[in-house]
Amino acid sequence: MLITRRVEFSASHLCSQASLTPEENRALYGAAANPNGHGHNYVLEVTLAGDPDPSTGMVFDLKHLKEIIHQAVIEPMDHRFLNYEVPPFQKVVPTAENVAAEIWNRLQPSFNGGPARLQNVRLYETEDLYVDYSGDPQ
Amino acid sequence: MIRVTRRYKFSASHRLHSDGFSDGENRELYGKCNNPHGHGHDYILEVRVAGRLDPVSGQVVNVSTLDRLVAAEVLDDFDHKYMNADVREFQEVIPTSENILGVIEKRLAAHWQSVFPGDGPRLEAIRLRETRRNLFELRAS
Repeated sequence: MLITRRVEFSASHLCSQASLTPEENRALYGAAANPNGHGHNYVLEVTLAGDPDPSTGMVFDLKHLKEIIHQAVIEPMDHRFLNYEVPPFQKVVPTAENVAAEIWNRLQPSFNGGPARLQNVRLYETEDLYVDYSGDPQ
Repeated sequence: MIRVTRRYKFSASHRLHSDGFSDGENRELYGKCNNPHGHGHDYILEVRVAGRLDPVSGQVVNVSTLDRLVAAEVLDDFDHKYMNADVREFQEVIPTSENILGVIEKRLAAHWQSVFPGDGPRLEAIRLRETRRNLFELRAS
């Protein structure tokens, strides 16, 4: 059985590689390469998979899930400039793909050996663009 | 696995009518959608791409490149058109949402390799929302 919790956070970012010229970055990332950055209201959906516990009837305690997401994602990323304030985005380009993978990496340890496993992270950068990541960048 | 899903919109009209059926049978089968003058929808098209996360660019797919492909092959031809008359495939095929998805898949697939060569991103699925109540999904072959 799958359960999904949805949260929102707002952050700024810019997409560019130090090894490329401004023109090359603009060609690759478009408007997202603006040197001063820009922001999004990110929407994050965290999906867990597991069997309901026969005594509680729950796959996972949703209050606990909320706390895990808050600590791992919302607290460090909400109302931040990702490139300057959130590792590893000083060195890694904070594309939607990389932000989704980083969120997975931050959440995953909380579910090792637990009653439910982390199944999928869906990150909406805008209403029209989202990324699904389930642990394997290949 | 990492997937990127991009959402597009187009507004178009259509009429569901098969020459293989009588007028009565068409009305029975397609209901309001058989109205002789057609009717329209604000369609939402989702294009889902799967692939390898490039460690340098941080991208699975360059969204601007995908946008250009979808605009050239789909949106430019479908948006603000009467599909039965204006989109060539629907001279032959009834523009149900199922068939629209089939046509869109064929159009994207025909150019996919030239736009995304080698082991680049692959088209995984396309979804079409005709109305809030009707959602169709096609896994790309």
